[in-house]
Amino acid sequence: MVIGNNRQKSAVINDGLLPRLLQLMIDESVSFELRTESAVILGSVAKGTDQHIQSLIDAGCVHVLLKGIFSVHLKYVEACLRCLRSIYLSNKAPADLVYQDLAIISHLVNILSKTATTQECITSIFSSCCKTQAHQNVLYSNGMVAALAPLLNSNVYKVQMPTMKCLAVICYKNESVSHAVASATFNGEPIPSLLLRLIARNRTSEMQMAAAKCLTYLYRAGGLSAKNPIIPLKTMPTLVRMCKKDRTLEENIDGAETLAYLVEVDPELQKIASITDHVISTLAVYLKYTDVQQITSKINGKKDMDWGLEMKQAAFKAFASIGANDEDIRKKIIETENLMDHILMAMTSDNAKVQGAATRCLHSLSRSVQQLRTTFKDHSIWKPLMKLIEIGCDEVLAIASSTLCNLLLEFSPSKEDILESGAINMLCKLASKEDPALKLNGVWGLMNMAFQSEEKVKSEIVETLGSEQLFVLLSDEDPTILMKTLGLLRNLLSNKPHIDSIMNVYGTQVMQAVVFILEGDHSVDIKEQTLCILANIADGDRAKDFIMENEDVLKKLMSYMNHSNPQLQIAATYTISNLVWNEHDDAKCYHRQEKLRELGVQRLLQKLLDTPDQTLFEKVKTALQQFS
Amino acid sequence: MANSSGSRLDESQNQETMSTDDRLKRLYPAVREEETPLPRSWSPKDKYNFIGLSQNNLRVHYKGMGKTHKDAASVRATHPIPSSCGIYYFEVKIISKGRDGYMGIGLSAQGVNMNRLPGWDKHSYGFHGDDGNSFCSSGAGQQYGPTFTTGDVIGCCVNLVEKTCFYTKNGIHLGVAFTALPPNLYPTVGLQTPGEVVEANFGQAPFIFDIEDYMKEYRMKTRMTIERFPVSDRRGEWQSTLHRIVSTYLVHHGYCSTAEAFSKVTAQPIEEDIASIKNRQKIQKLVLAGRMGEAINTTQDYYPGLLESNPNLLFTLKCRQFIEMVNGTDSEVRGLSVHSPKSRHGSGSNRSSPTMSPVHYGSSNNLHPQRTPTGSGNNSPSRSSVKGLNTQNQNLQGQTDLHRIEEEMNSVNNDNHSVNGSNSRYIDEDIEMTDGLIDERVVTNGKSDSVCMNGNSHDDYTEEMEVDCPSSKRKLCGGNQEAIGKMLQYGKGLQSMSEQLRRQFGKNDANKRALQDAFSLLAYSDPWNSPVGHQLQPVKREPVCAALNSAILESKGLQKQPPLEVAIAQATECMKLMAKAGIGSCAFASVSEYLH
Repeated sequence: MVIGNNRQKSAVINDGLLPRLLQLMIDESVSFELRTESAVILGSVAKGTDQHIQSLIDAGCVHVLLKGIFSVHLKYVEACLRCLRSIYLSNKAPADLVYQDLAIISHLVNILSKTATTQECITSIFSSCCKTQAHQNVLYSNGMVAALAPLLNSNVYKVQMPTMKCLAVICYKNESVSHAVASATFNGEPIPSLLLRLIARNRTSEMQMAAAKCLTYLYRAGGLSAKNPIIPLKTMPTLVRMCKKDRTLEENIDGAETLAYLVEVDPELQKIASITDHVISTLAVYLKYTDVQQITSKINGKKDMDWGLEMKQAAFKAFASIGANDEDIRKKIIETENLMDHILMAMTSDNAKVQGAATRCLHSLSRSVQQLRTTFKDHSIWKPLMKLIEIGCDEVLAIASSTLCNLLLEFSPSKEDILESGAINMLCKLASKEDPALKLNGVWGLMNMAFQSEEKVKSEIVETLGSEQLFVLLSDEDPTILMKTLGLLRNLLSNKPHIDSIMNVYGTQVMQAVVFILEGDHSVDIKEQTLCILANIADGDRAKDFIMENEDVLKKLMSYMNHSNPQLQIAATYTISNLVWNEHDDAKCYHRQEKLRELGVQRLLQKLLDTPDQTLFEKVKTALQQFS
Repeated sequence: MANSSGSRLDESQNQETMSTDDRLKRLYPAVREEETPLPRSWSPKDKYNFIGLSQNNLRVHYKGMGKTHKDAASVRATHPIPSSCGIYYFEVKIISKGRDGYMGIGLSAQGVNMNRLPGWDKHSYGFHGDDGNSFCSSGAGQQYGPTFTTGDVIGCCVNLVEKTCFYTKNGIHLGVAFTALPPNLYPTVGLQTPGEVVEANFGQAPFIFDIEDYMKEYRMKTRMTIERFPVSDRRGEWQSTLHRIVSTYLVHHGYCSTAEAFSKVTAQPIEEDIASIKNRQKIQKLVLAGRMGEAINTTQDYYPGLLESNPNLLFTLKCRQFIEMVNGTDSEVRGLSVHSPKSRHGSGSNRSSPTMSPVHYGSSNNLHPQRTPTGSGNNSPSRSSVKGLNTQNQNLQGQTDLHRIEEEMNSVNNDNHSVNGSNSRYIDEDIEMTDGLIDERVVTNGKSDSVCMNGNSHDDYTEEMEVDCPSSKRKLCGGNQEAIGKMLQYGKGLQSMSEQLRRQFGKNDANKRALQDAFSLLAYSDPWNSPVGHQLQPVKREPVCAALNSAILESKGLQKQPPLEVAIAQATECMKLMAKAGIGSCAFASVSEYLH
């Protein structure tokens, strides 16, 4: 008795047959034929709707089936596996059940190669229930990779496909597993070359796509090098082919998204992608899909998909990756018909996925000086961007605020407009967030904003952010945040009048923070930045006193002048040079010189004249010339 | 220094020419080079003065002043790209970009001005290195790809199926550059400034781009088009046509019991009565066994008047009989040899292919598993809709396999001859041996147990080596004096028949030639190893057999060729016409691929 139609399946469930069937399966005294029949019926129910599968799971079916696979009767085992496969492919079943007992994993790997059915089912099960790095590692340590390699050579389509999916998921972002996969062999042939056979152009699109995905994940996790010709000359063109019009929309989307992932971090691959088979104009066509086609997708059951939006977000992602590093490529992308309008429209869409992808694309393009000056200005990109930061969800927020940072660079013509529409407030809010990425972008934006700006802006920044928050940020553990905060401080403390007025109010705190950082265990870059802040302070008029009156700081400066790193020596010497700078020939200056001479600074400088470092030598010479 | 290195290169190139043929044959299997030669080098005749050639006309350098675009110079390959390539590809390596790197790589038709870069004129197409633009019969370029310079390898692929062209740079596919290309374009390069040097690879060395992978896609697409070709079969006409093709083929070749069984299953009427088929079968067996005298007599018994009304056929048969007498196989001389008639009969029937083939039909089914993966590899849903057609295709495959087996057997015969020709036994034993061998081989072949077969023939060869005796002990007419006398007598009769035919019907070159060839066997002490010895091969009996079979069928008002063979011949001819008409897909629709 096997049931074909969904109504009858519901009837079976409603009549309470499931517990009875499960009971039969658990009962060792029942003949294995009958138990097999029961498993087959469950398998048939599992091919029904999501509700049917949910009922099976609720009835404790998975547990019984996982027990069933240990049976000695192959037919029964196969029936259990078929049912498990159907349940797991629905993505409803909890993956952890498979991992609760390591014996299950090792048993599944052991019986993997037995028959075409076990091959197909077990690879399918793992391809949909390997979800975490822990899962990947467990499968790997139980010999999964070695068991999968021979299946790539199988001539059964239904085995090859889940085998590749399985390989892809166990490699995904897992360095050690993908190294193992890349070097595993069958019949002396490594897995990558076995995959090359499956990516051949006379294979079905589906198979080419699956093989390309495997190779992409292998490469991204470090198993293959970007220089291995398999990546640029086989994987890449295959993915680009999947983006062409003659493939299905699903393949178009999958192709573009996988391509985006493939080239995301490697500038050379981005360059190759940009000239491969007209990919940019191919992707541009994606943006023109506006009609909502209600095609029932295989994976998503009866859910309607907005293909237009899916296509758009896939294209944006691909554009973002391809244009991440190269100015010429960005130009080529921006020249795509109405791209900016599409991005603007997508940013105001109510679909988070599309919003995110569009913003990512915008972010990638905002790294271009030229585009900032032209296209971005023309389209007043900052408006929707600011709006997005105001109301957007956290994921979009990170990428949007990062884009805003680029728009605040000094050469960006949008800087003024953004400032006027309340950016300081917005950035200060970000800088006070918990999320390090948002905090960083907030400080970064403020730093860019403070660069060579008017005093009004500077004091507004300090007032809005609050000196307290500023000093909280200065003690942040994240070195990049600390670095940007120091950058902000340095930008605030530039130009004599600004230095004096800010130091007038916050002098003590600034000095405290500086000493704190100089004493702390920080990288050279951070210390240099801090010394540069001191140099800026020393450039002020009254501000100089903050250093002169602090013998502790002066001693520190001297010790940095003796530091083994010339970068720090230069910064410290520069500070001294500013302190002894004699502009107005005033008494205060002689005073300072006298004090420093007493401390032995002048002698130190004279000793430093022997330095092999040319820049340091120049600085030392300048400083010595100031001493009268 | 330069000299020595030059000669070394030449040597290595000579070595490579051996494999160039193989490589080109593998890339373009459908091209018949005797009609449409492939481009193998640049043409020293079809170039502008400013172009110099070297390295077997593969390397091109610029030797003009290169002041303006008026100094541009191009060269075409020796031949246009044959349509039967389907997909054609060549690569050009930039040895040096010279002063400005104004290089163009592309295609042009015959007669296009060579004082120009490819792409600037009508029927000329090019991709230029300085700006990466494509030029489609116009002086104005279009943005196409990246620029290229010293060290880059640029590939140009012409898709003759879709009439498009794309380029590659260092193995990267740059996308389609041109569409709607005319036929008969030549590979072309153009240079414009001093120092520019490029070198072409027309397939003599491996390509950087994987063109064979690209071809695979079109081979697959073409196969799908053929296999999914819609045939309306509402009244089962298509199905019954296929059945009839199989049935008539079986009947024609006298696979009597198979034909009966097949007609029973498919309810397909057999036009000829069984007795008649059996008669033809018997005659065919005799001819294939080399027993021509008996074959002629039997024919005259069963079909009186047939040979009389076909004097040329009779003459052909008699010429063959003479050859078989020399061979020692004909009944006239064979009766006089040592061999007993019984064993002779046994060997005779074993040899003839008609009775053997049905056995193969069964065992040849193991060929199907090889085919099915390619079919099932395509798992698309639309497949089910053509399922009916597919099963029909299976049927068709079944019978084409039959044909294949026949071919295979012919080649087996061929093989045997080579063993034959140098075997060191008396002729009658020799025949026995050969028969035995054929028998064995046929069976092993059918089971595709080739290892065993090879082993056998290997043994034979070693034997031959040991004996090392070119003046074979094999003798005319089995070495029997009486038989030789008979044979000479018979020859005289044949001579007079020839004269009579000439008087009656006028000159006939074919007859004259046949007689000359047959008689010239006598001019050699060892006819088997003589230049005309090929006539003695058993495989040469087959055309005679086919001619006789056709004549019999024709006399009974039946078709002289089975529809299957007509269909195959038509399809083959159609491919040739497609090649001539510039339809590229003929490259990927090989008829013989379906037969194998």
